[in-house]
Amino acid sequence: MSTDTLEQVVTPQDVWSKVRQRAWMTVLVPVAVLAYLTYTWFAFGVPDLLAKAQPERAVILATDSVAYKVHVTKLLRRDILEVAIEGERRATYDDTNLPDGVEVDGKDAVVDLGDGYIVEIDDRTMRFTIPGYGTVIGTATNTGVETRLPENAGEVPEWLKIDPKKLDLRPTLDRRVQVTRTKIEVHNYFGGWENFWFPFSSEFYGKSFSQLYALALSADRLNPDYSNLWYMVQDFLGNPDWQHGEIFIALFETIMMAVLGTITAALFGLPLAFLAARNFTPSMFLRFGVRRLFDFLRGIDMLIWSLIFIRAFGLGPLTGALAIAFTDTGTLGKLFSEALENIDNKQVEGVRATGANQIQRYRFGVIPQILPVFVSQVLYFLESNTRSATVIGALGAGGIGLMLVETMKTSRDWENTSYIIILTIVVVIMMDQTSGWLRRKLIEGK
Amino acid sequence: MTVAAMEEEILSLRKRRQLYSLIGLLLVVAVMVSGYSKSNDMNSGGFLQGLSKFFDYPGEIVLEAWQAGPAFFGLMVKYFPAMLETLNIAAVATLLGAALAVVLAMASTRNVDSWGPLIPVVRRMMDIMRAFPELIIALFLIFVLGSSPVPAMIAVAFHTAGALGKLFSEVNENIDRKPIEGLSACGASWLQRIRYAVMPQVAPNYLSYFLLRLEINVRASAILGFVGAGGIGQELRRTIGWGQGQGDETAAIFVLLFITIMLIDQVSSYLRGKLVGAGRAH
Repeated sequence: MSTDTLEQVVTPQDVWSKVRQRAWMTVLVPVAVLAYLTYTWFAFGVPDLLAKAQPERAVILATDSVAYKVHVTKLLRRDILEVAIEGERRATYDDTNLPDGVEVDGKDAVVDLGDGYIVEIDDRTMRFTIPGYGTVIGTATNTGVETRLPENAGEVPEWLKIDPKKLDLRPTLDRRVQVTRTKIEVHNYFGGWENFWFPFSSEFYGKSFSQLYALALSADRLNPDYSNLWYMVQDFLGNPDWQHGEIFIALFETIMMAVLGTITAALFGLPLAFLAARNFTPSMFLRFGVRRLFDFLRGIDMLIWSLIFIRAFGLGPLTGALAIAFTDTGTLGKLFSEALENIDNKQVEGVRATGANQIQRYRFGVIPQILPVFVSQVLYFLESNTRSATVIGALGAGGIGLMLVETMKTSRDWENTSYIIILTIVVVIMMDQTSGWLRRKLIEGK
Repeated sequence: MTVAAMEEEILSLRKRRQLYSLIGLLLVVAVMVSGYSKSNDMNSGGFLQGLSKFFDYPGEIVLEAWQAGPAFFGLMVKYFPAMLETLNIAAVATLLGAALAVVLAMASTRNVDSWGPLIPVVRRMMDIMRAFPELIIALFLIFVLGSSPVPAMIAVAFHTAGALGKLFSEVNENIDRKPIEGLSACGASWLQRIRYAVMPQVAPNYLSYFLLRLEINVRASAILGFVGAGGIGQELRRTIGWGQGQGDETAAIFVLLFITIMLIDQVSSYLRGKLVGAGRAH
């Protein structure tokens, strides 16, 4: 640093006052930050929140996302017994391939929940043997549920909810029995993601990997209309419990929003950036206008743009792509125009000296200078827009974001939700890596 | 190599480059054309039908806002607390995220003598934190904690820590090592070296990135409000849900959001310009 020391003599007082100022700052800034955080602690209502938080929901979510439950349901009105995954009609077991621990005898059943927990369903009565507590008996009557607790059981534990209309027992997180006037339902948890590849109805269900491999290559068609491999792919994508096909389409929509939006923004942003750069547009009026346009596009924000576009174009990737394109035309345009204002004029002069016309000057004098900024910014935005597209989707534009919100709202199958979450994160990381790789390749030439 | 051979090689190199550029260009055009036609099909409403309706909704709310007259400003005042909540979410998230980012950055740069074996671990951690979409964390926490600003704050802070951590560690890589060496020569501990040799060098750049992130986070927290995380987004969802006749309320929120974002943009770009000098302000 070169300062004019002839006129400004640094006195010890100056130094001390600077030091004192600094010392005050190091005290005041942390105190101010702390005060602000304390204020927000109460403004956000954190104490109240902590009191009302439901950590058990997190536990349920965590267990449920790596496990599936088999419902053994006795519907008393229709007098039938069903064994189904998550209680879904389309995923019922038939009597020949019942899951472990479930024994069906006509319309009655015995379910062994492991560790000595046994549930017997006998006509309209349910007997639940709980180790260390005793046997709870619940009988569905025409008016409600009659419950009989084990003798000398003492106080009713917290996991046992007795109501004249409903009996609900959940001695452990993964064992649950409910009795109401119309049905007796037992939830039996198993680890893993059942039916992930093929549904019960599929001919490929329950086959091992090597069997499937052999089938895929075999010439004998299971279905005369398609080759085996294609049939297998269709069965997989059409799996009604996991909806692979729909999830892949939703992911594709989200990626499409990000890619189309970013490229469109770049294509509109670049020419507009020339109009906003001081050294390319002498007209102050035009420059001012374009700059305010950029500010306007950016200031409206993706949230508002998406809401407007949803109204006009309905749900779908087009809406998301346009919302991203509008916001980012402003942001990218501003960045490009700053890059254009900082270019080195010598290169342009050199090209001009060879007798190049205006277009050639731009092509060989200007573009090569801003190309690295252009490419790296566009790729950076592509990556961050993939994340934005998931959020815009959740606002109602569709894609994986909307799917995630909907599966979470029903909060029925957490394994589906975690499957979607995992896929989304994989896609975002993939986009991140690809854009990083492209950036290195294009800019550093590696 | 003779001049003629060299010229030939240059020519062939140029030809190849032109070919690559052409392929790249065609690829972009193909993606754009097929992508837009495909997404037009997938959309529930088409582009052309929508185009005529494009100004209907903005027109409708502007009209209703106009009819509201001076009461419109009253509505803006009414929604100011919600806007403040969104700003608070963004500010707290940026503060906490940046604090964590400083720790992460100091633990992941060779240039500031981070502990070697930790560097790749922390880097991967930051990559994952950056990649995690805010929406997912926010939705998960809303499920557990209930609808409140805290889930959004945590979600934004988590992402911010990863994103800023990467930028901070890039700043760390470009610092001058002489002060660090000077301090180690007089026996300073690692923390003392960070405090007196590294921090003074990186502080302006850190602050500049902090402000940029704050700007981004205000937008992010507004959007997250829409999925149930409180603040202006939630109010917006409510007024939009009311449908017709409440356009003035929606318009008031739009205007409030617009003004706030513009204001923060301008102030932060001015401050960043002062901190790191014009031209490097982004």
